[in-house]
Amino acid sequence: MLHSEGELPFVIAHMVQKLRGSALHSQLERQARISLHRSEIKLESLKEDIKEFLKISGWEKKLQNAVYRELNVHQLPSHPLATAEHIKEPLAYMRRAQASWEKRILKSLNSMCTEQSIPLARKRPIAEQKELLIKWNEMGTDEPDLSHFRPVYAPKDFLEVLINLRNPNYENSDQPSFRSHLGLIQVPLQVKSIPELTEHFKELGLNIGQLGIDDSTQVPAELFEGEHIHIGNKVFRQQDSAAAQQYVRQGCPTALRAELWALILNISNQPEVMLYYEQLKANVILYDLLADSLIYKDVKLTASNDDFYFVFEDYLYQVLLCFSRDTSVLEHFAYNSASPPKSYIRGKLGLEEYAVVYPPNGVIPFHGFSMYVAPLCYLYHEPSKLYQVFREMYVRFFFRLHSISSHPSGIISLCLLFETLLQSHLPQLFYHLREIGAQPLRISFKWMVRAFSGYLATDQLLLLWDRILGYNSLEILAVLATAVFAFRAVNLMEVTSLAAAEAVLADLSTLKVMPLLQIFLFAAVIN
Amino acid sequence: MAGKLKWITDIEKSVLINNFEKRGWIQVSENEEWNFYWMSIQTIRNVFSVENGYRLSDDQIVNHFPNHYELTRKDLMVKNIKRYRKEQEKEGSPLAEKDENGKYIYLDFVPVTFLLPADYNLFVEEFRKNPSSTWIMKPCGKAQGKGIFLINKLSQIKKWSRDSKTSSFVTQSSKEAYVISLYIDNPLLIGGKKFDLRLYVLVSTYRPLKCYMYKLGFCRFCTVKYTPSTSELDNMFVHLTNVAIQKHGDDYNHIHGGKWTVSNLRLYLESTRGKEVTNKLFDEIHWIIVQSLKAVAPVMNNDKHCFECYGYDIIIDDKLKPWLIEVNASPSLTSSTANDRILKYNLINDTLNIVVPNGEIPDCKWNKSPSKEVLGNYELLYDEELAQSEGPERDFRSRPGQLVGMKGSRTKDSGRSTLTTWK
Repeated sequence: MLHSEGELPFVIAHMVQKLRGSALHSQLERQARISLHRSEIKLESLKEDIKEFLKISGWEKKLQNAVYRELNVHQLPSHPLATAEHIKEPLAYMRRAQASWEKRILKSLNSMCTEQSIPLARKRPIAEQKELLIKWNEMGTDEPDLSHFRPVYAPKDFLEVLINLRNPNYENSDQPSFRSHLGLIQVPLQVKSIPELTEHFKELGLNIGQLGIDDSTQVPAELFEGEHIHIGNKVFRQQDSAAAQQYVRQGCPTALRAELWALILNISNQPEVMLYYEQLKANVILYDLLADSLIYKDVKLTASNDDFYFVFEDYLYQVLLCFSRDTSVLEHFAYNSASPPKSYIRGKLGLEEYAVVYPPNGVIPFHGFSMYVAPLCYLYHEPSKLYQVFREMYVRFFFRLHSISSHPSGIISLCLLFETLLQSHLPQLFYHLREIGAQPLRISFKWMVRAFSGYLATDQLLLLWDRILGYNSLEILAVLATAVFAFRAVNLMEVTSLAAAEAVLADLSTLKVMPLLQIFLFAAVIN
Repeated sequence: MAGKLKWITDIEKSVLINNFEKRGWIQVSENEEWNFYWMSIQTIRNVFSVENGYRLSDDQIVNHFPNHYELTRKDLMVKNIKRYRKEQEKEGSPLAEKDENGKYIYLDFVPVTFLLPADYNLFVEEFRKNPSSTWIMKPCGKAQGKGIFLINKLSQIKKWSRDSKTSSFVTQSSKEAYVISLYIDNPLLIGGKKFDLRLYVLVSTYRPLKCYMYKLGFCRFCTVKYTPSTSELDNMFVHLTNVAIQKHGDDYNHIHGGKWTVSNLRLYLESTRGKEVTNKLFDEIHWIIVQSLKAVAPVMNNDKHCFECYGYDIIIDDKLKPWLIEVNASPSLTSSTANDRILKYNLINDTLNIVVPNGEIPDCKWNKSPSKEVLGNYELLYDEELAQSEGPERDFRSRPGQLVGMKGSRTKDSGRSTLTTWK
């Protein structure tokens, strides 16, 4: 998000163009027009008066938040001449790898269709539509036969792809030296060192109050928690995204989280949004997609069996089925290295004009996908609000956890960061595990792909996601994964097999996230 | 050295036996001398029966009070609470304050309930006031959801009464008596599903009253979506949350067993409804438990050899008001899931630490004031001695309506701080 001065005009132009077509733009225009009838608006100082009015009435804040969202979400092209392809992913070999991975997924999806001779999509008969409408709030009670469906891929399949990824321009010398990276990821990407991380995450430092540490029973509320909640309320009243984002770096009080996250994500409370959700719902009622079965299967395999989330099974369907039909998700492919899979109308294979994106949102769910939604069910009981928050979380963060890219929050960078931190700061542990055939990444990969959802207790997970939102980065996931290994190092040094190492790390639900992160980043003498 | 404690049980559950064995206690048989007997409620009836005349000695303790049924039988619990309310009213206690409709403001925590057949006429009168209401019929002496059904028409109850009268004559005996309670038809739903709360409460003595609340209670969810429509009245899975019933449902999940921890509930409520109302709800739950115990304390045979761990069933309605549904004397020690087994093992462990200090041979004359360190996951809910030493004006403040105002003096949420001061 840092731009040199020369780029500023370009950034502004880009932003203006981006916002011009938005609902906010027309709302601002309407407000300005209405304000003309007000007595304080004088003709001689029209421009200044209207500006002042928009400021006082809170519309300026809304504009600020919208600009802030754009800055957070979109990677602005670093050069006016950068191609769309370059914005998706600057490294050619990454783009190629992603493309061939997509081909594999699509092939697997298509073969499932052919094997079982089910169409990718079909219109539901009227009777079925009615039935689904009645059952909308209790889709979980439906037990369709899903035995012949299998998840298109699981995190471990994806890991294999990442392990085999190489940079063709980089010589991987076979001679190991003290510099060589002994982990599974063999692509050269820049990742942060501990000093860089402590600087980046400085608000997590030992001298700074943290929810998840300084709100424990032993600490009197007057010392930190009381004041922190007070500030939180103030931030919320101000309705300022940037302030909220800064605030949650120290953790968000439970009772304020739903509102502050929505503020950071710039989720509007406008009725149109509810209407939009209803349209998606109508679309679910009308059409049956093969992807729906994948979603069903995934929920049944994951969240339905989860001690923390089984209660929300029906909400997950209500969110995920709508998500798969939401074409506005396609916009995020402008900055995602992935591209939406295409299918062709029957008999027109390969003809671009008959190509359709499938599923309509361009995202094929994989094993564990529903766990991105599950924790949010603790915050929002209104499905349309839950939906929006999830969608925004996805297009800001989660897509990076299953796309091949060189982005610092991309899964490859996270893997590399994890392995580098472990190798350089816990070398003995790293070598030990490697020697016994328990490459640490084989254990931690699934945690990171799911952003730890389903592994941590929900309260701890939300504290972790506070920091993802606060720093607008997923790097904290790799740091936590390393910290977990550090925390269990003594036990891990004693194991002699991958299975035993996995057993030591099987249950993370008792871990306290913030103390682990703080100790790893700031307290340990590792530099 | 006094030697090892000798134990016996008639409930063959691993969570019990593992706990006894861990302490190095010695198992003995029925005819031998014993110090600790974890018994079923059938056995306790025999032990304390008049004809048996068994006298416990000072080094013997058992896990039930002789007339625990004053609290744990649905009809008697309701009777005792009704009597308690009248007493409070007579004494002019502020607890018995009523609102403009004549409803108790603080003591209205059990759904309107009548005994059948005894209170049939009273029931009819109440039913006619609100003919669209749904009522739940429960046999007084049965547990685990057995014999329960719902009605919403007077004709149904007439039919029931005819059927049961003709079938046998014992209907009139209290054993076959039923209670009929107003059904909470606006339960709080989470994820669209109905649930009730199962909380564990340990009483070590009734006079003075000393009770402890187990922090690790859980919510039990219906596996089927809740629809208050009458067509579903027959589908018991919608309405009853007992695991014993739910286990027969098609959707029963053996990994989580439909159970959700109270800490999950608290996180959810605090996130979606705010901290203040959540604290108020939990305060009120604690309050109704203490009131229910106070209501039965005068009639309870406070045998010094006894302690009891109760399973409280509470339903929360959509206005976040908790309702006491019933109290179980022998909450199930069967474990439906792995987590359940851990929970119940720890529950027994913590219970034993409180009632059998240091795991030594008991002396039932001890003051029953365990140190804080042994409480484990229990927290002191109420200690009458402590409350009295704090002065009688304390009781004045003990109304839930004022709890919120007292937040300032109680640090943080009630889950973490001691709960002793406000009663």
